[in-house]
Amino acid sequence: MSDSTATAHGHADEHSPFLRHHFESLEQQADATNFAMWLFLLTEVMFFGGLFTVYMIYRNWYYQAFVAASHQLSVTLGGVNSCVLITSSFTMALAVYFAEAKNKKALLTCLITTFTLGVLFLGIKGVEYREKFEKHHFPGTSYSMEAFTNPASDAVATAAGDKPLPVDVAQRTELFFSLYFAMTGLHLAHMLAGMGILLYMIFRAQSGAYTTGHVSYVEYFGFYWHFVDIVWILLFPLLYLINRH
Amino acid sequence: MSAATIVSLPDQATARIPKDNYLTRENGILSWLLTQDHKRIGILYLISMTFFFFIGGALAGMIRLELLTPQSDLMAADTYNKVFTMHGIIMIFFFLVPSVPGALGNFFLPMMIGAKDLALPKMNLASWYFYMAGGILALWAMITGGVDTGWTFTTPLSTHYVNTNVITTGLAIFITGFSSIFTGLNFIVTIHKMRAPGMTWFRLPLFIWANYAASILMVLGTPVLAIAIVLVALERAFGIGVFDPTKGGDPLLFQHLFWFYSHPAVYIMILPGMGVISEVVSTFSRKRVFGYTAVAFSSVAIAVFGFFVWAHHMFIMGVSSYAVLVFSLLTMLVAVPSAIKIFNWAFTLYKGSITFETPMIYAFGFMGLFTIGGMTGVFLGVSGTDIHLTETYFIVAHFHFVMVGGMLMAFLAGIHFWWPKMTGRMYPEKISQLAAVITFIGFNFTFFPQFILGTLGMPRRYASYPPEFQVLNVLSTAGATILGVGYLLPVLYLIWSLKYGKIAGDNPWQATGLEWQTQSPPLTENFAVMPIMDHEAYDYEWLERQTEARQKAKEVTSVG
Repeated sequence: MSDSTATAHGHADEHSPFLRHHFESLEQQADATNFAMWLFLLTEVMFFGGLFTVYMIYRNWYYQAFVAASHQLSVTLGGVNSCVLITSSFTMALAVYFAEAKNKKALLTCLITTFTLGVLFLGIKGVEYREKFEKHHFPGTSYSMEAFTNPASDAVATAAGDKPLPVDVAQRTELFFSLYFAMTGLHLAHMLAGMGILLYMIFRAQSGAYTTGHVSYVEYFGFYWHFVDIVWILLFPLLYLINRH
Repeated sequence: MSAATIVSLPDQATARIPKDNYLTRENGILSWLLTQDHKRIGILYLISMTFFFFIGGALAGMIRLELLTPQSDLMAADTYNKVFTMHGIIMIFFFLVPSVPGALGNFFLPMMIGAKDLALPKMNLASWYFYMAGGILALWAMITGGVDTGWTFTTPLSTHYVNTNVITTGLAIFITGFSSIFTGLNFIVTIHKMRAPGMTWFRLPLFIWANYAASILMVLGTPVLAIAIVLVALERAFGIGVFDPTKGGDPLLFQHLFWFYSHPAVYIMILPGMGVISEVVSTFSRKRVFGYTAVAFSSVAIAVFGFFVWAHHMFIMGVSSYAVLVFSLLTMLVAVPSAIKIFNWAFTLYKGSITFETPMIYAFGFMGLFTIGGMTGVFLGVSGTDIHLTETYFIVAHFHFVMVGGMLMAFLAGIHFWWPKMTGRMYPEKISQLAAVITFIGFNFTFFPQFILGTLGMPRRYASYPPEFQVLNVLSTAGATILGVGYLLPVLYLIWSLKYGKIAGDNPWQATGLEWQTQSPPLTENFAVMPIMDHEAYDYEWLERQTEARQKAKEVTSVG
């Protein structure tokens, strides 16, 4: 029943410079902030959850159009990007390890690698986005469904062996791209926020901020980074691999 | 025994407000704006939400004034749409949702569990800044053209047909959502990890249980509202089509997402109020809350059921009739835990030593009005009657009985109850009792006629109405003016009491909560020594023994 870690005589850590005034012990502080970070991730799950629900509904309704539209996404680029992101999660996990091991140099290397991999991910994503704009697959007034009504006109659709779709079905591909841009866009926004924090951490780590034995900041950022990674791991099969088994 | 009272104040001739307290420890505007003290943040919330309450109230006054006559004469129909929309948005997102958690919860939650502060003080301060940023942006949207979709942002009206500040207002609500999430998150972590030794889950005051349940709703529900608003904004800005039938989207999907938050949101609003009522009813009938465990779990039950009833807002919107059936049933289930609370409060009163101080009068008002509001909710949950009553004044009356008659009464009960602890001074008793009664009378005059109007078929959200409805509308408007007086009075006498109120002492109500066992106003760190909870919640015998022991100790020292 007692998950509270407040104790009446937890004065052992009283002089730790990392103990904030309102906590009784470092254990309680770590316990509380760790729990808070998980709760924050839960709100993120609910946020993306709403969007995933929307996607699943329309994918069920307009399966044919979603399949054809997903063929326009490059599995190679998406797959490479998945690897890039998973690797960055690995280097982030290493960063936490090196922070705990108080190895400043290795910590910095890991943080910088994570950041660089993030940039690489954004770059590849940018290439993919540009292709969509060039082919007028960005939803809006200039949207073109030529590739779906007449797959012969489009190299990618031809390679995937798409059959021509009736106009009313092909129209629904726009919804797929709407969701594609909304979902990957919100994922990107989270990446950008994470990379902002990473920059800040690289800056602070240079003056030895996280190699003093108090690693919770790095650890919790790691949680966040892995979460953003997991979102992508779900997005990749949902968007790229609809009918490729 | 008409003058019976439990108030026990120190000798006014010698009593002093303790020199060192959270108000005097630091001075200057920056010490407030950069504070991480949960009590000061609570006060910041209290001041700012009072401001928003009166803006929302002024808009409500304009609505009632317009409805004094059948024609649309005070303002054009367009303006009327904007006025009721802003009334809804301000009252819900900037007053009701943050009211009790923001002001009273921030202030008292850590004290009641015997902690020095909330677990994340910086995040707590950030939540107030997000709240203010959202609020100011909403006001900005209002003065630069307003928004006229109703507070529900119903698609496709909000995405395609109106040309008002939908995106700005949506952004304002999005930002305020963070404040809600931060508060809820903070509360959950604090309740789990920061309880004083001996403060087990079933020794927690019921105010804590209620806020815990509301926090779960905030944390799980608010993000879904956020994504719904983001999609509306994307639809307006880029035409992404998820809610646009011409592109294969479904406007109904927006309603699912919106009400997935916004139905639980009414429990976010009411649950903390129920927590206040539990504290007040117990204190002023000198009894442990009857069926403590049942009341505690009913809060959690409301939070759980609250997530599975959202589609009852959509019975007439074209959801399948099987869905209507299921959601209708689930809606009636959620009435059960609410009823458990009401019955348990009634049994707490039974054979208690009841006194009628102001918080208790408000609590009685709550119990009566919330019961009416709750039971008319069952009419609306039954799909057969809902088809006739929804979108009429019946639903307006129902909602206001629950939110104004319930929540606002509870908020005022809480403010009066804890005012002595927050400020160290008592509010003037007689005039505040009068204000409570005026509020109750004014409220009934305002909203009871609306039930009748609704059953007669007067639709909501129109600036004009058929002349045969005028009598009841005049009654309602007249009631609103009385209600206005009832809300203005507390502001005046509470401010007055800051300087001229009697000195309250530590525990004017002889209440049992830990927050009453320290000085008022409290120290910045709340307690001089960390409290150890060695008794059950609402144990008035323990309190008596404490008082006796203290008196004995005093006698000994004076003899010695």
